[in-house]
This record gives sequence, structure tokens and C-alpha cells, in this order.
Amino acid sequence: MTYNFGEKAVLMLEDGLIFEGKAIGKRGTSGGEICFNTGMTGYQEIYTDPSYFGQIIVNTTSHIGNYGAKDSEQESEFPKISGLVVNDYSNIYSRNTATSSLQDYLVKNNVVGIADIDTRKIVKHIRDKGAMNAIISSEENDPKKLKKLLEKVPSMVGLELSSKVCSKKPFIYGDESATYKVAVLDLGIKTSILKNLTARDCVCKVFPAKTDFKELEKWNPDGYFISNGPGDPAVMDYAIETVKKIIESEKPAFGICLGHQIIALASGIPTFKMHHGHRGLNHPIKNLETGLCEVTSQNHGFCVSREEINNSKDVEITHLNLNDNTVAGIKLKKKNVFSVQYHPESSPGPHDSRYLFDKFVQLMSNK
Amino acid sequence: MPRDNSIRSVLIIGSGPIVIGQACEFDYSGSQASRSLREEGIEVTLINSNPATIMTDNVTADNIYLKPLTKRSIIEILEKHNIDAVLPTMGGQTALNLAIDCDNAGIWEKYGVRLIGVDIDAIDTTENREKFRLKMGELGVNVCEGKTANSFLEGKEIAQEIGFPLVIRPSYTLGGSGGGFVHSYEQFEKALTNGLHSSPIHEVLIEQSILGWKEYELELLRDGSGNIIIICSIENFDPMGVHTGDSITVAPAMTLPDTVYQEMRNLAIKMMNGIGKFAGGCNVQFAVNPDDDTLIGIEINPRVSRSSALASKATGYPIAKIAAKLAIGYNLDELQNQITKSTPAFFEPAIDYVIVKIPRWNFDKFQGADLSLGLQMKSVGEAMGIGRNFQEALQKACQSLEIKRNGLGADAKELTDREEILHSLEHPSWDRLFHIYDAFKLGISFSTIQKLTKIDKWFLQQIEELILLEKEIEKHSLDNLPRELMLEAKQKGYADRQIAHLIKCLESQVFKKRKEMGINRVYKLVDTCAAEFKAETPYYYSTFAEENESESSDNKKIIVLGAGPNRIGQGIEFDYCCVHGVLAARECGYETIMINCNPETVSTDPDISDKLYFEPVFWEHIYEIILHEKPEGVIVQLGGQTALKLAEKLDRYGIKIIGTDFKSLDLAEDRGHFSTLLKENEIPYPEFGTITSADEALEMSKKIGFPLLVRPSYVLGGQSMKIVINEVELENHVVNILRDIPGNRVLLDHFLDGAIEAEADAICDGEEVYIIGIMQHIEPAGIHSGDSNAVLPPFNLGDLVIQQIEAYTKKIALALKTVGLINIQFAIKDDKVYIIEANPRASRTVPFICKAYDEPYVNYATKVMLGKNKIKDFKFSPKKHGYAIKEPVFSFNKFPNVNKELGPEMKSTGESIYFIDDLLDDYFLKLYSERNLYLSR
Repeated sequence: MTYNFGEKAVLMLEDGLIFEGKAIGKRGTSGGEICFNTGMTGYQEIYTDPSYFGQIIVNTTSHIGNYGAKDSEQESEFPKISGLVVNDYSNIYSRNTATSSLQDYLVKNNVVGIADIDTRKIVKHIRDKGAMNAIISSEENDPKKLKKLLEKVPSMVGLELSSKVCSKKPFIYGDESATYKVAVLDLGIKTSILKNLTARDCVCKVFPAKTDFKELEKWNPDGYFISNGPGDPAVMDYAIETVKKIIESEKPAFGICLGHQIIALASGIPTFKMHHGHRGLNHPIKNLETGLCEVTSQNHGFCVSREEINNSKDVEITHLNLNDNTVAGIKLKKKNVFSVQYHPESSPGPHDSRYLFDKFVQLMSNK
Repeated sequence: MPRDNSIRSVLIIGSGPIVIGQACEFDYSGSQASRSLREEGIEVTLINSNPATIMTDNVTADNIYLKPLTKRSIIEILEKHNIDAVLPTMGGQTALNLAIDCDNAGIWEKYGVRLIGVDIDAIDTTENREKFRLKMGELGVNVCEGKTANSFLEGKEIAQEIGFPLVIRPSYTLGGSGGGFVHSYEQFEKALTNGLHSSPIHEVLIEQSILGWKEYELELLRDGSGNIIIICSIENFDPMGVHTGDSITVAPAMTLPDTVYQEMRNLAIKMMNGIGKFAGGCNVQFAVNPDDDTLIGIEINPRVSRSSALASKATGYPIAKIAAKLAIGYNLDELQNQITKSTPAFFEPAIDYVIVKIPRWNFDKFQGADLSLGLQMKSVGEAMGIGRNFQEALQKACQSLEIKRNGLGADAKELTDREEILHSLEHPSWDRLFHIYDAFKLGISFSTIQKLTKIDKWFLQQIEELILLEKEIEKHSLDNLPRELMLEAKQKGYADRQIAHLIKCLESQVFKKRKEMGINRVYKLVDTCAAEFKAETPYYYSTFAEENESESSDNKKIIVLGAGPNRIGQGIEFDYCCVHGVLAARECGYETIMINCNPETVSTDPDISDKLYFEPVFWEHIYEIILHEKPEGVIVQLGGQTALKLAEKLDRYGIKIIGTDFKSLDLAEDRGHFSTLLKENEIPYPEFGTITSADEALEMSKKIGFPLLVRPSYVLGGQSMKIVINEVELENHVVNILRDIPGNRVLLDHFLDGAIEAEADAICDGEEVYIIGIMQHIEPAGIHSGDSNAVLPPFNLGDLVIQQIEAYTKKIALALKTVGLINIQFAIKDDKVYIIEANPRASRTVPFICKAYDEPYVNYATKVMLGKNKIKDFKFSPKKHGYAIKEPVFSFNKFPNVNKELGPEMKSTGESIYFIDDLLDDYFLKLYSERNLYLSR
């Protein structure tokens, strides 16, 4: 056995910053919005989370790949990220129950990545300069050509992506004899959300993003769930329309992440693109109703406006992000509709907020 | 819940003298807690019998009691002060036990004192194996299956039920004797009989063996409202079977997928909530079955611990400081993240580097000790390395150990005996890590190494990769080593010395070459948040990456070198001195920079210095920090032998040593020159000689005459020091020393049999000498000063003797051109005072004298070193009342079979202080009457 030096790759940021590193995953070129995730576990769950569609992920944790990949720990059928940037990468893993190495997994799923990068420098850069696009390539290292390719990557603002990652046709998830029927508006749902619902005696019918409300209603659900997903919520008129009708239906509804933003937009609260978003497994949230705190898993680059909620008579803030006081959860007054900006299903991340699924089921049982 | 304003005065109980398993991490937690409470305007009263602690300093607390940790002392304090609450979770098991004793005796109730940060029932549940098992069953947490047996038949039945492999643990035996792992029925009967016999109550615990499972720890914090956060996950490199205090540990966990980690997190929270509702810190240990990821709860400790100190240093999150605030009612979301100062304390640190902790053992001090690692902790200290990857952190931790290695391997000290290596892999001792490296180097198969060590494959592959890299490097020479390869080696933590060894050149050539290549160390922040937020606390480590985050200011700066990992002879006393050195330099207007690698210490609390570099006290790292920071000078005389040893090289590189210069430091060590100096000053010393071979030794012995004290030069704590009475013993010992420390010179001193020993500590500004204290040993000469009971001031030395000691101390300090501290050891025979040795540096006794006389001598000495003050500037006013006895404390109970005989080689791990009013004190009289019995201790 000899020492493996690997092949070279380059990462270029929109503002011209260039990093050289080693090629990992599939050899090739790929662009997207670069954003960092500070989680120390759960890389496979992150890569397969449809909310990351179109994004290049920087894992800030020092090692990636150590425990391989496992088919049962995916948040969707295959990775959704556009690229991967890591510090130290292991194509060797030790977990006995893993199904493959991360390297084989990434190659199989066409994910382009780069390793041996000063990821901390990138984080500080994004922290200061804000979200931007980037490109990774193990084929092209001419900065001029890379810049051309990078210019073709679309900006995340005004981008509609849900319809690209959601299910193509409706399907049933869970046991049809379960007590509660939940109609799920799939904007790019994570599997563990469905798992959390079915574990609480729900059966889900998952509808593609652009499904009409009538179609959802036809199934006669006990409640509606509006999922997470990628892209700019402000341009998702179709989903906003659907959710307006869901709210009018007076049935319990629960939204997560993008779903939360859509519920806000449907209630007249605008959203905005954050400076560089929240992505990690350690975000502190305070539940204003109980006064208790929870450590949450987060992944969002857009957020709902706090000022506008304070001016609204229909919407109330239920959860706050303690790091920057952004809105983390809302409920609609006089309605059984609530939503959170973070990920109570976690995967990856702490399970502190799973009580929200209980709350949703509780609302359905009260009807 | 906001702060409970009814708590205005708090008592903190310390952990007492340092013993194995309870070291200076509790000085770190105690002083943090104290500062944290005082920030809130709370009056803090502290009790601890360990004088060498920062926590018992008046910079830390309002009222300090250097008293034995007994109920009597507690009552005395409660009589004198109006204490509202007691915080017993900062002083280890010792403090908890005392708090429970007082509780049982109704003392807290009587004086209206609330116990905060703790729940007595919770402690009971965690201490009692059976209660723990029941509670965990109730909570649905899997634990090791097991039962206690009082008879042979009962034992056999239990074994049948549990199946093999299993563990037999006899009840109430010391050092785990009589217990062990049993793999088959054939071994079982004998082992069971053995176990039952070794238990005084004829009882054994028979438990399912999870030897070889992966071992983890989580550090939790919970506030009074029930909010819980996990500060850090720690993974043991050594799997189940080695005590966690003796295991190499890594943070964050390296091989845990999110699913298993979250299950562990959930269980830890459930366990903490299950045992009680106290507000504070908690440590939970787990084992994970590598085959199917199933989890078992091992134990839970409802207090801050060695691991929480490590977790604090590993993440930057000050657990003890926050735990103290939680104990007085605050909620986590009401407190600030101490590193970012902009986000709340309620969050879980995200780290973007790796830390590796390696324990430091002192088996050389315990001849005849069982060297194997197992259920009982045996290490005396630890070093932590921080790197951007595991390999870098591992190399840095190895470089921090000071075991005469340059890191992990690449230093010509590899073991090549296959059988010896294989045995070591299966039977872990202090050097297994090095033997794993050796095994790969020798070409032993991966599967064999894995099978014997049961260490996770990922860790082993990381070491295997180092060997592959080395093979690649070895193909080159200095002239043709590619930049890529040099960078790769540096990023994996290789020291220039190691690379020099691989390509057969000098360390300085490698340094020069990589500078030419533009391969430079950069410094990164430990910031709790992976750079997500801006950090305010200047806590750095080095690595090889693109961006440097440590900006060097234009201020005038001083670097203080720390003492590295604790070991016998060099412990907490030196950390005490370093901390005061830093504080004094700051008072003088300097920007202070601390370099140390011991995670247990106060000096590595980023609150202490203006800048903390958590780096090995190893030439390459220090030199690069100096180049980066350009300080006015470096203080070496406070960090024990570790720091002092670097003086020569600092001097050679033209770096200013603050205080006594290198020439004088060297002169004191060089016996020949030193005795010339003594002769010139007409100061007596025992006949001596310096030799470099056994033949010379025998020759010399004829001249000097037996008994002889034999020792290598440049050692601390009397390492390899021995008294010999004939030629055979002399030859044996000289051969041993020269084998262990080749090329060293050996000193032979005529040993003054029956002499009395004394020592003096002094501050000298080059012109004037102030003696801060003279201590007389109770036992006669022959026992290392660190191991003898000593009294301050002397109890029966005549004026004539005292005057000789004073005069000689002053003469020597001046003759050595001392600027700063000096310690001189004397032997007194027939009223004549002889010099044994002089050490122009802070000694082990300095903190003791500071405490006994309640004077800031290290502060004064530092100001003298910096040239800020002269002796005449200080108003010395020692509080001299009665006598202070320094009592050594030993950890022999961890080594049941070792020879407990004391001699010139130091064996004690800690010390306590005991004040007496006069010499008729019973305690003193007992020590005095038994002074010759030390051989049977």
C-alpha cells in the first residue's frame, strides 16, 4: 500500500476567492450557492436533504467520511447538494453496519467535491461577505474559464426549486389503517418528517408541490402538513395559494422551514433573504409559550419578517432564535395552524423539538 | 428563572491534595466557580487543604480556609460566617463526600445552609451500583447485565444466566485486585473462587463483559428550568476495558453517525433527568457495540469532573463557570456565551478541529507496580493536543508528553521486537499507542493489530496512513523533498525534528527549508461555534492552513512558559506560579501570552492571560509563537523543569530570558562550576564527583566514600536518584541511569547520614536578597524534599544554623546573579550547614510559603524579573503565626504491590497544609515522634 495523494481540484467563489484542494467524490465541475453547516455529525442526512438542492455545502467539522454511508440514513433517495467542500476527508470508514464508503456513495450519486480546504477561512468569508455562489472543479483550473462557468449559476434569490425536487406524483406513506390522515404538500420533504408522523399513528399522502388544494381536500385529511424545501419562498405563488386555502379549511396545519415561510406569506407576512442563513445542529430556540429552550437543527437562507408579525393581528410569534432573535416559530391566532423555521424531525440533529409532532397530532385529535 | 437573590454568601469546597484520579482540574473548576459567583456580587468562602491552588488565593475568593476537609472545619466556618449556600460539585468526590457527611450529621440544616448545584439522592443513585441499575431499568436505559454473588454456587448460576465473556469484580478491594475478565467456563471456577476470597465480605459482582466496545462520554449542563445542553462528545481511542482517565480520548467523537449520537444524547438527557433535578454539570459514559451500534449506559457523575475540564478546554465553553451561575438560579438562556459575548450560553458548541488527550503516567516512580491499564486509573496527568485533524492533534499531544519523544514515531525510538509489540497491543500499558505505530512500521497486518487492540478501525487507519506518509518522505532528502510532501507532513502534525529524522538532516534545516517553501504555521481560534460568529476570547492553537487568525499587536509582551502535563515532582505548584506570573506581568503593563498544553490547569483558562496558545511546550511550537508575537522576553523560571529546559535553546537563538539568565541557570546545574562558586564563597558542600561511566564511578567512590547519593544531572523530583552503600549497588545504579538517559552525566554526592534537611526560598533582584521562607524537614536526610513533612518556619534549628542558612542563601543568590526566585536545599550535621543544591527558579515550596504567610511572592518575584521593581520597593509583611506543616500525600493505594519505601526519588502526588499554633500540637508531636519510621510508610 502506498500513500494516496489524490487529484487536484479548485473551488472558486463568486467574488473571485480561489482555493486549491483535492478532488473528492465524482470528478467534474459543479456550481451552486455556497453555504456552511456547523454540524459535527450527520453528513449523509445533510447531503440528501432536498432543502439543500442547488447548494454547495461546506462542512465545518474537521473530518467527513469516517463512518461511511448507510442506505437507511438518507433524507431522500439520493444526495441533493450541488457540491461538497470539506477539511479532512476519509474514504475509509469503520462503521460495521455501513453500506459503503462515502467516496463510493458520492461517486455513485454524481456528487463533486473538494477536500483539504481551509473551511474555516470560507466560513469567516461568508460570515462577513454574505451568501454567494461558487463552483468546484476537478477538470478546469483556468480561473477565467471557471469564472465564466460560475456566472451561469443562477442566484438563489427569486429561484423556485421545490417543483424540481418534490415527488412527481402522489403516494401514500405509512399504514393506511392509522388513526390520522395527513395530507402532505411536498416542497422537497425529508423522509424523517414522514417517519415522525407515521410513528405517531398518522398515515400520510404526499402530494407534489404544485398540487391544487382541491386535490388535497379530496382525500379528506384530518390535517395538512407543509414541508421543507429549497429555493426562495417569495416566488412560490402556487404554494402560497394552496396554503391560503388550507388555512381557510379550518383544519389543523403544521409547517416546517419552507412550509413555515409559505404559511407566513399566505398570512401576509413577507420573507427576506438572510445575510448567510442558519445551518447547523446547535441553534438555540426559545419556546415563548413554555419558556423552555431547545437545541435545534436548522437549514434556511430565508426568514420571515419579525416586524411584520408584530404589526399583524393574525400571526403570533411562538419561538425565537436566541442567537439573533429571528423568528423561529409562529401560530395563526384563532386557527389550528402553526409552523417552525427549524427542523423538529432533526436528522441530523437533536431530538429536542419532536414534541411539535405530538402537538400536531393533538390538534387533529381535538377536532 | 433569574438569579436567586437570597443567596448572598456561598461556600465552595475544594478537592484537597492531588491524588491519582483527582488532580488540578478541580483547582480550575473551583477558581472558575469562585470568580463566577463573585462577578454576581456574592461573597465566596473557600475551603481546601491544598495550598498550591489558585482557588485558595485571595485573588479568587473573599474568605479562604486552608483547613483539613473535615466536618470540624466546616462547622468552624459556619460559626464564623453567615453562609447561605454550599456548592459541593466543584471539588470532585472529596467535596461531595464531605457535603454528604455534613448533610447526614445535620450540619447544613442546623446552620440554615442550602446545598446548591447538587442533589444528594442523585449522588446516592449514581454511586450505588444496584440503585443505578434499578434506576436505569426504570428509565429504559440498557446497562451491563450483572448481579452480586456471595457464594460459589450463586456465582455459577449468575454466570450461566449472563454468559461469557464476563467480568468478576470483588467488592471492597483496593486497586481492583482479585478481579478480572473471564472468557470461558474453564477459567471461570478458578476466577470466581479467587474473587470471593479476595473480597473481605466474600462478595463479587459478576457482570457482562463489554471489553472492546467503543467508549464515549458526554458532558451535560442543565439549568433549574430543565434546559439541557451537551457541551461535548468525547470518544475513547482505547475501547472499553481501560479506565477513561487512562484512555487516550478524542473530541468531538470521530466515528459516531448522527443516529447513534442522537440516541446517546437522548439517553444522557433521560439519565440526567432521571436521577434528580439539580442545576449544574453532569458526565455520562456510554459503551457502543461496534457490531450493531447498540448502546449501554456505563455511569453518570452529577458534578464537574476531569472530563468536564477537558471538555471546557476542548470547546472553549467554561463549564464550571456556567455551572456555578446555574446553581444560583440563572437559566442557560439568560447567560452569555463567554467566547462570542454576543450569543447565549444555551447552545451546543460546534468545533472545527480535533483534540486528543493523552494521559501521562509515572510508572517509573512506582517500582514493582502493575504496568497494565485496566479498571483502576493510574495516570498522574495529561496533555492535550489541538489540531485541524486527528493526526495533527495526536502528534501534538505526543509532543506535549515530555517522554523524550519527538511525537508519534520518527525519532529512532521504535520498538522492533515483534513478540513484545504483539504482547503490548493486547495488554495495554502507557506505551501502547507507540507500539501500534511500531507494529504498522514493522508490517504487522492491520487485522492482527485490530484484533489485538480492538481499537476502532478508523483510528488505526489514521496511524497506518502516517507510516505510509513516512515511507514516502524517506525516499527523499532535504534537497529534493517536494513541497507537497513537506506540507502534508506538517499538516499531519509532524515536528521539524521528525521530518529531519526521516530525511536525515538537522531540525533547523527542515525549518529553514519549509520557510523557503512558504509553509508556515497559522493560528486558529477555539471559538465554540466553528467561526459562525465573531469570537472575543483569544484562545488559539496552531495548524498549517491558509488563514492566520491571531493578529500580533504592537504592545510590549511577555510569554510565560507553562509546565506541561502534571507528573510527580512537577505538578500544580508550577501552574500556580505561572498564573501569578501572568497576572503580575499584566499589572506591569505587558500583554501576557501563556503557552501550555495541560488541559487540567488554571493557566490554560483563556480568562487568565491576554492570549492563550494551547500548544505543546516543545521547542518548535514555542519558537514559532515567539517569531509571530515578538515578545520582549520569555519567563522560564515559573514552569518547572519543562520550561527551564528550554532556556538553553532560547539563549542560543538570542531570545531574551526574563530574570536570571541562562548562564546562571546553567551554572547552578553544573556541579563542577557550582562547587567552584561555593568554594570561592566559602560555603560548605558534601564531597562530590561527576562521572560518565561505571568505572569512573567506582574510582570516584573511593575518593568520596560511602554512602553515596547517585543521580543524573538536570532532573526534577529526584528522578533516578538513589542512595547506595556499596560498590555493587553503585555500579548497578550507574549502569541503569546511563541506559535510561544515555550521554548524561551522573553526580555522586557523599550522603550525610543522619543529617537534618532544610530549604530556603528567596527573591533576588541581583543586588538584594529577600528570604521568603525557610522550611525544616521533619524526617532526617534521605527522603526527597517533596516527600518529607516540612515545617515553616524551622522548629528546632538553632540561631547559629539559621544564620548560616540565611547567609549562604544570600551569598549564593547574589553569586548566581539571580533575578527572580531561587530555592536552596541544605543538609545540617553537627550544626554545620552544607549546600545540597540550588535552583534559581520557582520551587514546589513557593506556593506553600505564599499561602502560609499570606503574601504574593510570585507576583513580587515576577515584577523583579521584569525589572519593574527592586526588593526594596516591597513592603513585606508575612503573617507569622505559629507554624505551617507541609504534609505529602501519596497515591499508593492505586498500586497495591509497590514498594512504599521513601527515598531520594519523589513519590508523592500532592500535599496539604496544616497550621499549628505551637510545637505542643498533637499532630506535630505525632509526626515528630515517628520521623524515623518513614521506611514503613
